[in-house]
Amino acid sequence: MSHIGSYEERVKEFDWSLSETELDYKDGDVLNIGWYCTDRICKMGKADKTALIWEGLGGQEKRYTYNDIRVASNTIGSFLRGLGIKNEDRVCLFMDKIPELYFGFLGILKIGAIAQPLFSAFGDESLLVRLSNAETTAIVTQRKHVSKVRKIIDQMPYVKHVIVVDYDGKKPLREREIAFSLEEAAPVDEFEIYPTKAESPSVLHYTSGTTGQPKGVKHVHYSLISQYLTAKWVLDLQEDDIYWCTADPGWVTGTSYGIIGAFSLGVTQCVMDVGFSAEAWYKFIEKHKVTVWYSAPTAIRSLMKCGDEPVKKYDLSCLRHLASVGEPLNAEAVIWSERVFGKAFLDTYWQTETGSMMITNFPGMKIKPGSMGKAFPGITAVVLDTETYEPITEPGKVGLIGFKPGWPAMMREYWRNEETYKSKFINGWYIPGDRSSIDNEGYFWFTGRDDDVINTGGHLVSPFEVESALLEHEAVAESAVVAKPDEVNMEVVKAFVTLNAGFEASTDLELKIMNFIRKKLSPLAMPQEIEYVNTLPKTRSGKIMRRLLHAKEWGEEIGDTSTLEDDE
Amino acid sequence: MEEIKKVVLEYVTEEYLEDEDDELTAETPLISGGIVDSFSMVSLKRFLENKYNISIPDEQATPEAFDTVDKIAVLIQGFLK
Repeated sequence: MSHIGSYEERVKEFDWSLSETELDYKDGDVLNIGWYCTDRICKMGKADKTALIWEGLGGQEKRYTYNDIRVASNTIGSFLRGLGIKNEDRVCLFMDKIPELYFGFLGILKIGAIAQPLFSAFGDESLLVRLSNAETTAIVTQRKHVSKVRKIIDQMPYVKHVIVVDYDGKKPLREREIAFSLEEAAPVDEFEIYPTKAESPSVLHYTSGTTGQPKGVKHVHYSLISQYLTAKWVLDLQEDDIYWCTADPGWVTGTSYGIIGAFSLGVTQCVMDVGFSAEAWYKFIEKHKVTVWYSAPTAIRSLMKCGDEPVKKYDLSCLRHLASVGEPLNAEAVIWSERVFGKAFLDTYWQTETGSMMITNFPGMKIKPGSMGKAFPGITAVVLDTETYEPITEPGKVGLIGFKPGWPAMMREYWRNEETYKSKFINGWYIPGDRSSIDNEGYFWFTGRDDDVINTGGHLVSPFEVESALLEHEAVAESAVVAKPDEVNMEVVKAFVTLNAGFEASTDLELKIMNFIRKKLSPLAMPQEIEYVNTLPKTRSGKIMRRLLHAKEWGEEIGDTSTLEDDE
Repeated sequence: MEEIKKVVLEYVTEEYLEDEDDELTAETPLISGGIVDSFSMVSLKRFLENKYNISIPDEQATPEAFDTVDKIAVLIQGFLK
C-alpha cells in the first residue's frame, strides 16, 4: 500500500499540519533541518540504521549509519563555528558528490548558517558571480577544485575561509585556505545546534533567468514540511526502501530530495559519485538493491539510447517505484521504462523556487504518458490566461502555470533582488514561467517555457550569461544564444556569433570558443554548436531578436518581423 | 596508435584535468571517472574530428567509446584506416 493511498481523499482532507504533526513540530518551535535529518532519527531508535551508502570510482564504497551522519555533521558544524562562522553567514559547498558534501550541508544548517551549494563543474566566472552576489563567508571544497577558487579569490574580500576537505599536504595552502579532514577530526558527539525557527534561512540555490545575473533563491527551514511530505507521498519512501536520487546537490533536487526528503524520513539512500554509463548505473541498482529511483529525463533518454541489452544483463527486479524530474518526461521514455523495468517513470514538476514538488504523478494514479500529473494536495495550481492572468477553465487551452502562494517550501526571496522577486507574482499567483494546459480530468500537459531560458538536461542556462561570456572572447564581436532541440538533453545551447576583424571562421576557432565557455561558465553552458553569421537579426532599436533565431532552430513560424532592422 | 594516444592524452590533460597533481594515463577512466562529462564530450569529439579530419557518427561517440585514451585511440585508428 502506498503512503498516499487515495489521491482524491488526500486532496479533500489536506492540511499542512498533517506534516507538522508527523514531525512533532508546533508553530513557534525550534525547527532545524540538520537536527531533523540526523538527531531526530537517532532519537527515534534508528541510530544504527544505514543512512548513506556512498560509492566512488572503482567501486570504492563507504557506509554511514544515522548516528555516523549525526556525528559527522556535528563535527563539520563545530569546525565551521570554530572558524567564527555564525548564523546566516553563507557557506558555499563546491564539491563533487562526496560524503563531506552531504554532511557539510547538514553541519552548515546545524550552526544556523545558510548552505549555498554550487555545481562543482562550474567555471570560475560562474562561481564568482554567485559568490559575489551572496557575499559568501566560506567555501568548502576539494583539492581538485581549489584552482578555480584561487583564480577569483582576490575579487572576493568577503570570503574569509576556503576549507579543503581532502588536503594531502603535497603543496602548501595559500592565504585564507585551511585543511579539514573528517576522518582525522575528533568526532563531536554533543553539539549545541543553533535554534533556528521556521522562517530562518536555510539554503541559497542559484538559478538562471533570461536576463540579468543568476538569482539566489532563498529557502527557509520550514521548507522541511513540504519536502518531508512530498518525499513520503510522491516518492513513496518506506522504512525498508533503498533510495537513489541521481541529482547533484549543486541543484535543488539534490538537496530537497537527495538530502532533506530522504533523511528526514529516516530512509537509507545511495549516492554514486562517478560519471554516467548505463551499465554502471544498472550494476549500482543491482548491487545495492535500489527500490526507489528518482532520476531525470536526460538520464532516462541516455539509458534508452543504450538499448535494452544492457538492462537484461542485470537483475533489476528490486526496483519498486521510479520518478523523474528536471524537464518534461516524454511519453516514449515513460513507455520504454514500463517495458524494460516493469515500472513507469512518474514525472514530477517543480523548480528551484518552489522548493518541493508541485504537480506530479502519484503511486496508484492512472498515468497518462507525457503528462506532468496533478497538483500535490494542498497546492492550488492553475493555468492562466496570458493577458488577464485569470484562470483558464477550458480543458486543453494553453496558458501560464500559476500557483497560489503559501506552501511551506516556497522561496522567501531572491537574494537582495526584491524587484525580480515581486515580478514573479501577478494577480495573486506565483508564475514559474512555464506554459501548460489542463485536460478534462485535471492532468497538466507541459508545452514549453515562457521565456528564452534554455533547459538543458534539466538545468537552466541563461542565454544572457552565455552571450556576455562569449563577448569576452577576443574573436567574438556579437553573440546571440538560443536553445537547439536535442534528442537526449531536450535542449542544448547554440550560439550565433559575428567575428571581430582579423578573425576567420573555422572549426578550430569554434572549438576554442566552446572550450572558453566551458571553462569560464560550465560544460552545460558550452555551446554545442556555433554558427558564424555576418549579422545578427536586430530590432530597429538595436536589440538582438533571439526569437527569430530560436524559430529557425525549431522550424517554427518566425512571426511578426515588422520591427526587424535588416531582414536580409 | 602511440602517436594518437600521446596527442589525445596531452589534450585531455590540458583541457579537462582540474587537479594539476592528478596524473592521467591512457587507462584512466575519463567519462565514468567524471573527468569529462557528457556535455564536455561534445568538445572532445570536435577536437578529434578537427585534428584527424574525420567525422565520428553520434552512435559511435558513446561514453563507453570515449572512456579512456586507449579506447579513443582505437576508435580514431578505425577511421584512419
